[in-house]
Amino acid sequence: MKPYSELLSRAVLGIEPSGIRKYFDLLDEVKDIVSLTVGQPDFVTPWHIREAGIHSLEEGRTYYTSNSGLAELRSEISKYFARRFNLNYSPNNEIIVTVGGSEAIDLTIRTVVNPGDEVIMPTPCFVCYEPIVRLSGGVPVIIETKQKDDFRLTASDLRAAITDKTKLLILPFPNNPTGAIMAEEDLEAIADVLRDTDILILSDEIYAELTYERQHVSIASIPGMRERTIIASGFSKAYAMTGWRLGYLAAPAEIVKHIFKVHQYAIMCAPTTAQYAAIEALKNGDDDIAEMTNEYNRRRRYIVNGLRSIGIDCFMPQGAFYVWPYIGSFGMKSERFCERLLYEGGVAIIPGTAFGACGEGYARISYAYSVRHITLALEKIEKFIKSL
Amino acid sequence: MNEILKLLEQDARLTPEQISVMLNRDVDEVRAEIEQLEKTGIILGYRAVIDWDKTDREYVSAVIEIKITPQRDRGFDYIAEKIYNYPEVESLTLMSGGYDLSCVIKGRSMKEVANFVANKLSTIDGVLSTSTHFVLRKYKYDGVVYGVVEKDERGHDFI
Repeated sequence: MKPYSELLSRAVLGIEPSGIRKYFDLLDEVKDIVSLTVGQPDFVTPWHIREAGIHSLEEGRTYYTSNSGLAELRSEISKYFARRFNLNYSPNNEIIVTVGGSEAIDLTIRTVVNPGDEVIMPTPCFVCYEPIVRLSGGVPVIIETKQKDDFRLTASDLRAAITDKTKLLILPFPNNPTGAIMAEEDLEAIADVLRDTDILILSDEIYAELTYERQHVSIASIPGMRERTIIASGFSKAYAMTGWRLGYLAAPAEIVKHIFKVHQYAIMCAPTTAQYAAIEALKNGDDDIAEMTNEYNRRRRYIVNGLRSIGIDCFMPQGAFYVWPYIGSFGMKSERFCERLLYEGGVAIIPGTAFGACGEGYARISYAYSVRHITLALEKIEKFIKSL
Repeated sequence: MNEILKLLEQDARLTPEQISVMLNRDVDEVRAEIEQLEKTGIILGYRAVIDWDKTDREYVSAVIEIKITPQRDRGFDYIAEKIYNYPEVESLTLMSGGYDLSCVIKGRSMKEVANFVANKLSTIDGVLSTSTHFVLRKYKYDGVVYGVVEKDERGHDFI
């Protein structure tokens, strides 16, 4: 038999596994480290939501649901969009319940992108967009956001990146890893660039509930944008439901009609137990969100203050649960800094380059950890930095 | 609800410096407020949450339902005071419903608890009857689940 490298899909062979493999292998190897790497809440899903999932199993609800998800869940998602973000999506034909926000992203890119199409993505960003675009034969076009712009996507950078081949803009805000958000006026400026084009938008709003100084605004609520926007979101971050694997997308019916086919053939439907739990989350979970967001906010201030007070330059994140400190001043590449911090300091953080080349000089630190854990990590980081 | 109280209720070891950062407030202001909370008896103390079942300490605890006759002018308070002054009494609360006072006591043995009920509690003037229930196992107390050590099992390779 020929080597697999000749047998398997060239597109798949051409992409890399996520993260910096070498660094993650180290993480498994080194013992007794204080980790600040995790990209998911430390909270357990609130009990009333878990209980709703358990109850659905006790009731024997173990069948597939309709392809696009339980009607009641879609209806609750529709109400949620209206209640929180002033958006109107019909539960009948404009919403699909997906396996996590990740599936929503995958479906959208596969539905939208033709080979050769250019897809603009601001970086640093979550690691999945670029490889999925490549799998569709699309061409990723990277915009590097900058600390001087608070890591926002600027209208001028966007305008400069647009060509005749531009098909899609990915808008990942609140942003993993920088914690940047796009305020309404920032989105207005982006909308002004896009309004007279045929460019579609994939707005990844998975962290929409985790903003700290102002409410999240969706680009779909800006005039002229709804018709070109697909929103990908989910329950993972807002309700601490990562393991349930439940998300959703919302878009105009004429787009959803086609996304639906990919979902139908690839996935059939999202997990039924998780869907019942999600109905409870949307009906009675607003207080849970408020409480968890409040707690993240305290940790955000705490960790930024802690990093700054030991001499690390750190952008004050406005959303998500990550900080994105500048570590370039220590005279090492990000990956080297993180390796040494791991070996010599006993703390694990993620090199910024895992999120794109422009992450060089930065690192991602998660604060989805208890204050006590963060305190311990900060003490160790301080000791490490003093030893340099 | 007072945010400082909420934080200290979760973790009494937080310093005013830490609290001030978390709440984005001036540290002197936070320090003064905590002092005030202590002075006015809103914060009564700071202590560790201990699962004694995991230590070698031998003890039994019991919940005693007590019916009493309220005293003229002094209501339930006078008898309550007589009861809670015993160091064995861990908690004492006035209840609505079928009995009046709920008393939690801790002793070295069942015999010690029985002696307390027979010799000290029942003999107080105004105590009409007692009903003693021994505690078999503590699952959750004051918001803390007992017997479970939390472990971080989150996958770390998802970024």
